[in-house]
Amino acid sequence: MDETILLAHGSGSKLSHDLIEKSLLPPLDNPLLAKLDDSAVFDVSGRLAFTTDSYVVSPIFFLGGDIGRLAVCGTINDLAMSGATPLYLSLSLIIEEGLSLNELKKVIGSIKAAAEEAEVKIITGDTKVVNRGNADKLFINTSGIGIVPQGIDISGANAQVGDKIILSGTIGDHGIAVMSQREGLKFSVPIQSDCAPLNELVSQMLEASSQIHCLRDPTRGGLATTLNEFAKQSGVGIRIEEEKIPVHDGVRAACELLGFDPLYVANEGKLVAVVDSQDTDRILASMKRNPHGVDASIIGEVTEERRGRVIIKTRLGASRIVDMLSGELLPRIC
Amino acid sequence: MRFIDEYRDAELGKKLVARIQQLSTRPARLMEFCGGHTVAIMRNGIRQLLPPTVEMLSGPGCPVCVTANVDIDRAIALARLPNVIITTFGDMMKVPGSYSSLQQARAEQADIRIVYSTQDALQIARDNPSRSIIFIGIGFETTAPTIAASILQAAEERIDNFCVLCLLKLCPPVMKSLLDLGEIKLDGIVCPGHVSVIIGSYPYEFIPRDYGVACVVSGFEPLDILLSVAMLIEQIENGKPRVEIAYRRGVKPEGNRKALELMSEVFQVGGADWRGLGAVPASGLRLRKEYQRFDAEQAFPITLEPVREAKGCICGDILRGVKIPADCKLFGKACVPEHPVGPCMVSSEGACAAYYQYGADYG
Repeated sequence: MDETILLAHGSGSKLSHDLIEKSLLPPLDNPLLAKLDDSAVFDVSGRLAFTTDSYVVSPIFFLGGDIGRLAVCGTINDLAMSGATPLYLSLSLIIEEGLSLNELKKVIGSIKAAAEEAEVKIITGDTKVVNRGNADKLFINTSGIGIVPQGIDISGANAQVGDKIILSGTIGDHGIAVMSQREGLKFSVPIQSDCAPLNELVSQMLEASSQIHCLRDPTRGGLATTLNEFAKQSGVGIRIEEEKIPVHDGVRAACELLGFDPLYVANEGKLVAVVDSQDTDRILASMKRNPHGVDASIIGEVTEERRGRVIIKTRLGASRIVDMLSGELLPRIC
Repeated sequence: MRFIDEYRDAELGKKLVARIQQLSTRPARLMEFCGGHTVAIMRNGIRQLLPPTVEMLSGPGCPVCVTANVDIDRAIALARLPNVIITTFGDMMKVPGSYSSLQQARAEQADIRIVYSTQDALQIARDNPSRSIIFIGIGFETTAPTIAASILQAAEERIDNFCVLCLLKLCPPVMKSLLDLGEIKLDGIVCPGHVSVIIGSYPYEFIPRDYGVACVVSGFEPLDILLSVAMLIEQIENGKPRVEIAYRRGVKPEGNRKALELMSEVFQVGGADWRGLGAVPASGLRLRKEYQRFDAEQAFPITLEPVREAKGCICGDILRGVKIPADCKLFGKACVPEHPVGPCMVSSEGACAAYYQYGADYG
């Protein structure tokens, strides 16, 4: 029979130690983690970026990823969006009693693979087990630190009139992959989550130009919410064009069916950059050389009119507001 | 994407706009009956493309919006009964009743579950045989057949713990009621698309005949709507109002016979309370005697607190086309989607929500 996680696995008992030493440590092994002291101790120099995020996606496995890959990529991307080179992550697991050990091992395997892909190490962690019903299979928290190179100043408040807006690829893939899995929707071409670490893409962009003013990964709330955040934080207007925003056919079909607008659907492997118009071509070319940026395109620009607002030019040539996502009827997706 | 892209084609759209501009020589006031049409019009910026001679008003065709406070109060009271599970479409959750909302009741421990279809509700009933499952049956002729089917299925499978709070409403009678009120002088109506898939176009024949108002049944893509407006303007300019179908890929004049049979097997026509219009005779559906055991109102008789209407909210006027969302003092200030005062700001098909989300000043 498949072994399951018991409350005792989180009690600090011998069972806890077994779980950590047999199932968690070996895949994630590195000298800092192996010490098993209360804190990981290490040297760094430079400007630090520090971030944290919790992952509660349901179901924990979906097409194109799982909660483990998401927990690594999400936090790495938050670091990368500040222009930081990610160094280390922490990993906290909150496990619902009854989760199969094999599922946990599969998630840890994904964490290992994603961390290797992004070249970061997991150097500290924690495991708790809660009674059945007090969590939904598995919740994960990761925190991360990274180093921000000198001269890099990226913030949602830095957009300037005349800047161009670049989107790294298609939107809505992650949200629809998770939702169609949950609702049992089947498509002739299955929709995969775009969940991916973007730190390499960002470092290539920064090599091409330091004139990247804002960077953000449009996760919950989608592209619409990220652009609204830029408009409000920077006190500028943003104008985008509907026909320039790439959306996979499957995502569009699912959105039609479920009544969603792809502009509001979550992504986990995309970024939006607001860049100086002089350097746009150079940055775009650098993005297209990276597998996570091949579909990158300019979708709009920063304007003086309608400050704090995002305006979209529709296919028919009319204009309308793109507001922030209001409320939340959607299921948990990250 | 087939069946979608063709109806969003920019070049064809521009041609239709040019045709409307060419046809329209005098002022024409049109009403898009459906909330779905209002959303499509705002989302695509269609008002901006129309010549100044063409005015478009939003109508009462949003099932959530026209649900009367008393019915929302009843749904909330049912949710608070012990051993009851309420199943509902998601849009109903946030609608404020006189004192509370389903969302608030859920936070206070009521068991309320969002479903995508009546089939989900039936499944919940099968899975919870010791509890009573009440489906909040809102909607127009579009949703009525699936609710009828669920009741027939429950009867056949003897799912005795399933019932429906039947708030179903009918479109042609409320159109008649609006025209009889005579508050607004209409030249044409963009008739509902999905409703007409079920009932066909014959039920609108009285509108041009008795009221001289043009009717075109429209789909929900931008080209559908532009085509319908062009057809309406042509009728109005020629002075020959009649019923036409622009949404031919979905609507036949006689409707969907199977669905209509299902409806009349389970329901009979009765009065209904409409927000903004009050009691409209013969504008709702009630369960027939043979199926009354599935009627939540019969199964769970409850006394309600007196109904209260939100101060300053003009949803009723907006639903009748007398006012537009921007006329409301609360719009965008006290009443926003996060804190809606009236249902037109809650529903994804509500006129206020559509104007707010896509920009009232672009409307």
